[in-house]
Amino acid sequence: MSRIEQVFEDLRKTGGKALIPYIMAGDPSLEATKKFVADLEKSGADIIEIGVPFSDPLADGPTIQRAAERSLQQGTTLKKVLGLVREIRQSCRIPLILMTYFNPVFKLGVKRFIREAVRSGVDGVIIPDLIPEEAGELTGIAGRYGLDTVFLLAPTSTKERIRRVAGVSTGFIYYVSITGITGSKLSMDKAMKDTLDSVKRVSGKPVAVGFGISNPEEASRVARLADGVIIGSAIVKIIAEGRDIKRFVKSIRKAVQGRG
Amino acid sequence: MNKKPHKLPDGKGHFGPYGGRFVPETLMPALIELEHAYGKYKKDADFLKELKSLQRDFIGRPTPLYFARNLTEHVGGARIYLKREDLCHTGAHKINNALAQALLARKMGKTRVIAETGAGQHGVATATGAALTGLECEIYMGSEDIRRQALNVFRMRLLGAKVTEVSIGSKTLKDAINEALRDWTTNVRNTHYVMGTVFGPHPYPAMVRDFQSIIGAEARRQILKAEQRLPDCLIACVGGGSNSIGLFHAFLRDNIKMTGVEAGGHGIRTGMHAARFAGGSLGIFQGCKSYLLQDRDGNVLGTHSVSAGLDYASVGPEHCYLRDIGKVRYTYATDREALKAFELLSRTEGIIPALESAHAIAEAVKTASKMSRKSIIIVNLSGRGDKDVQEVAGIKGIDL
Repeated sequence: MSRIEQVFEDLRKTGGKALIPYIMAGDPSLEATKKFVADLEKSGADIIEIGVPFSDPLADGPTIQRAAERSLQQGTTLKKVLGLVREIRQSCRIPLILMTYFNPVFKLGVKRFIREAVRSGVDGVIIPDLIPEEAGELTGIAGRYGLDTVFLLAPTSTKERIRRVAGVSTGFIYYVSITGITGSKLSMDKAMKDTLDSVKRVSGKPVAVGFGISNPEEASRVARLADGVIIGSAIVKIIAEGRDIKRFVKSIRKAVQGRG
Repeated sequence: MNKKPHKLPDGKGHFGPYGGRFVPETLMPALIELEHAYGKYKKDADFLKELKSLQRDFIGRPTPLYFARNLTEHVGGARIYLKREDLCHTGAHKINNALAQALLARKMGKTRVIAETGAGQHGVATATGAALTGLECEIYMGSEDIRRQALNVFRMRLLGAKVTEVSIGSKTLKDAINEALRDWTTNVRNTHYVMGTVFGPHPYPAMVRDFQSIIGAEARRQILKAEQRLPDCLIACVGGGSNSIGLFHAFLRDNIKMTGVEAGGHGIRTGMHAARFAGGSLGIFQGCKSYLLQDRDGNVLGTHSVSAGLDYASVGPEHCYLRDIGKVRYTYATDREALKAFELLSRTEGIIPALESAHAIAEAVKTASKMSRKSIIIVNLSGRGDKDVQEVAGIKGIDL
């Protein structure tokens, strides 16, 4: 069982739900990112997603786009993020996931990326512009190296898509709460509950929900339906405003029952 | 290697190692729906009849294949024919695709179309198609391009489209595409994305090519009638690559030289250009795998061309494949060469070409001069230059 799977397994036993915050590496600096990861772990995060900046982040809303721009201006690259994870790994005990667009991975070389990611202590990878049909090389090699590959599903996903994604996603499934980009306004309705139920039933894998969750109240409602809650833009915004993320993340943790 | 390049792509949208689908999962159902709808309607007699009648009465097809006698004599080599896409309604080949996609969107029950635009030609074409078919229309355009192309922005608004400014990233075409993809991801249920070139995720590269291939199909018939034989060489400019594929596709089974002309900007060594084959490498960008101008960490580089329509960091995946199998040769013309050709064609033939098409003219002049007087070249004159007059005057230091 991978470290990510173990988190969900432990939570399942106690009825808790995973809290998965996202931050953009290198915004405002790699040094700051190191501190934020420690803050997030202390504030009750179960898994942390670390974003790799890309020049053209087409699944992201303005908050994360601007964070990526700031990070790129600092000279952040995928290689530097891998180096950062290696440092963070010295003290961090929870799973770390890289969220990156596919081109930086492709440019580095899929095999080399996976080898270096695993060596640096990365537990999983989320690539929002990579669908299962194009991911054969990545999932094949990642499987051999024990790196989880988390794929996404959306409210538009048909039964056929759910089956396909469930077949290749490891660690958990990332359910995009809205038809939209990161940081959009969340709308929770019966359709979301039905789709989530269907995803859980078809896949038999943990499902974490992300995109658009911005406060403890929404987090708590999502936690009732899903196995995990992913919060990105709201945290990235707090960092951009120079405010303290610990208080916010603790308030979310309070709203989402953890390992008890 | 595939012996039948005209039969590609494969079922997953691959042209050899290029193409495919690299998009957020949210869009997959829409792409599959589009693929099925297109597969159905491209064989649907009613759809084809409506498209054909609009091509004739609304776009003004067939466009002439014009023998450029004065230019030919000026160069003193091969006989140069111009395929006059500049005479299409709205002034460029873009309408061939935009109108067909608007019809398809209406057939699919969509109520809204969106599109990206750089110089504004595809935006105007899409707004035109939307006005004709009664669809709501929103066009994404970088704030830098909005400033440079104020006239086209007003044209789109006259046609009833909403023009939305994109002021993030480089504020140009690629950012407009990102924003259009984000809109589509959000409004996918009622919205069709009218991609303007042979790029993006499958089925766009194949579908846009098919809608543009009427250019080559007509040119083939016209040259056979005029010269009783096929040409020796085809030349077209390549931005995303839709006008060039449109011309080349009907000739892929013939043994003819074909040349695609990219934007050389200030020259390859300056880094200020949009010559993906001369200066790029394999990458994944905005939905497909293709040649891409990128840095060593995989971030997309800024581009430069005097012509906004060629100013793009990547190129249609089918072009990469045609290059690999040696079917098409790719070269580039610099800003300076294109501007010279812009003036040359204006003076010799009384035709002001789009700056994009002027790149093809520049290459045609070079090529024709090395060929015999019996040889025949067809150049795709993809658009007219009215939109560029102000830009060219500015470059020449003339205040209009």
